[in-house]
Amino acid sequence: MMRIACPNCGLRDEREFAYGGEAHIDRPELDCDDQAWEEYLFLRANPKGEHAERWVHVHGCGVWFNLIRHTETHEVVAVYVMGVARP
Amino acid sequence: MSRYSAFALLRNWLGGNTDWDPVWRSPEPASSYDVIIIGAGGHGLATAYHLAKHYRPGRIAVIDKGWLGGGNTGRNTTIVRSDYFYKESADFYDHSLRLYASLSQELNFNIMYSARGILNLAHSRHEVDFQRRIVNAMQLNGIDAELLGREEVLKFCPVLNGDPNARFPIYGAMRQKRGGTVRHDAVAWGYARAADALGVDILQNTEVTGFRRDISGGVQGVETGKGFIGATKVGIATAGHSSVVAQMAGFRLPVASYGLQAFVSEPVKPVLHTVIGSAVIGSYCSQSDKGGIVCGGGIDPYPSFAQRGSAATMEKVLAGIVQLVPTFSSLRLLRQWAGIVDYTADSSPIIDRSPVPGIYLNVGWGGGGFKAIPAGGEAFAHLIAKDEPHPLTTAFGLQRFRDGALIDEAAAAGIEH
Repeated sequence: MMRIACPNCGLRDEREFAYGGEAHIDRPELDCDDQAWEEYLFLRANPKGEHAERWVHVHGCGVWFNLIRHTETHEVVAVYVMGVARP
Repeated sequence: MSRYSAFALLRNWLGGNTDWDPVWRSPEPASSYDVIIIGAGGHGLATAYHLAKHYRPGRIAVIDKGWLGGGNTGRNTTIVRSDYFYKESADFYDHSLRLYASLSQELNFNIMYSARGILNLAHSRHEVDFQRRIVNAMQLNGIDAELLGREEVLKFCPVLNGDPNARFPIYGAMRQKRGGTVRHDAVAWGYARAADALGVDILQNTEVTGFRRDISGGVQGVETGKGFIGATKVGIATAGHSSVVAQMAGFRLPVASYGLQAFVSEPVKPVLHTVIGSAVIGSYCSQSDKGGIVCGGGIDPYPSFAQRGSAATMEKVLAGIVQLVPTFSSLRLLRQWAGIVDYTADSSPIIDRSPVPGIYLNVGWGGGGFKAIPAGGEAFAHLIAKDEPHPLTTAFGLQRFRDGALIDEAAAAGIEH
């Protein structure tokens, strides 16, 4: 079971949160070509290692935030607010 | 390879069981092969078998960082079925189920196919309507399926919770009678033995660490823990680690890897003679031939490469099972495990050429790769040998993500697959 530090509420159980996909994915311009749109929709980093991703404290304060998590050990390396570059 | 038969059993019994042939060899890697398949799971071994038997492309090796059948093939809930919605999936998975039905004869190895049927339960009037739609679609695709009413379900499977005031009351079910279970390890062992007999080298404990490419970008071979091994064609059949291997070759795949858990209880006397599942609860179970109740459910809710699984998901899956069959609440769990599965956006696989010439893909099976092994191997061998998709898998190419021609099966099958 993971424990995640919500920026508002502090350390809480994994069950209170929901995963929201990879972080820092920019939406391309609407007149982009099909390849750019495919990459935006479907291609993800999916690393076996540290992964920047979005979570929401769905059964808590409701805030969205970013975190960096190791996908093999589930260690949470960093938590940071939305809109900030990956540390 | 000597054939398994009643006569061989008798002869070896008389000889004190001292002269059985090894089931497969453990050769040293050659310096090069014509085809290398990465991943000695069900799909990799089935592919090598079909290649060697039907296409004879030269020397073939299957290489694996661990031991054969030691990945997802050896850690799944052993269920086979073809209850799909779209014609592309229906044709493919039903072909696979039919191959499974005759696989023991084909491989001269008992894979213990048990057509005990699969029962998907409906817990509301709306689910009954939805199942009617699915059964209609299956029948239009030429696949057997039937609807059962509440009383029929409870008569057929009396261990289910028949209380009309249950948390998940039973309104009915859809059933595919040819669905059932197959001994998962036997699939890997049977294909390995048959492929080995046809001259395929199965190289265990040989981890691929990179690809070597020529000046035009085509593949020349793979770097491994045992040195460089040359090959003109390389197939990737590495399930949850497909994107890790693809990254070594320099391209990305439209997949995300998740843990998928399963659990097995202590063995008990026969109590459940079919596979039961529920889309609403998100859990399913069957009783193994050893007596354990084998339980599965949905994937963990975030990407992972930890072959461990989230305790929160375990609780959810097992709470569902106990609702379906309250008497199972007194069982103790014997084992819990998680395999890593690679999901695509539409829950359909990718069997296609990769962006690198000479590298081929058999990936993206999600939680449903086991039931697809015989047809997946056949289709992948066709692709590698002829350099064009097998007729049953033309829709399962990489291009569909660019064209938007997705085959969105997650909704149709109703449960994780």
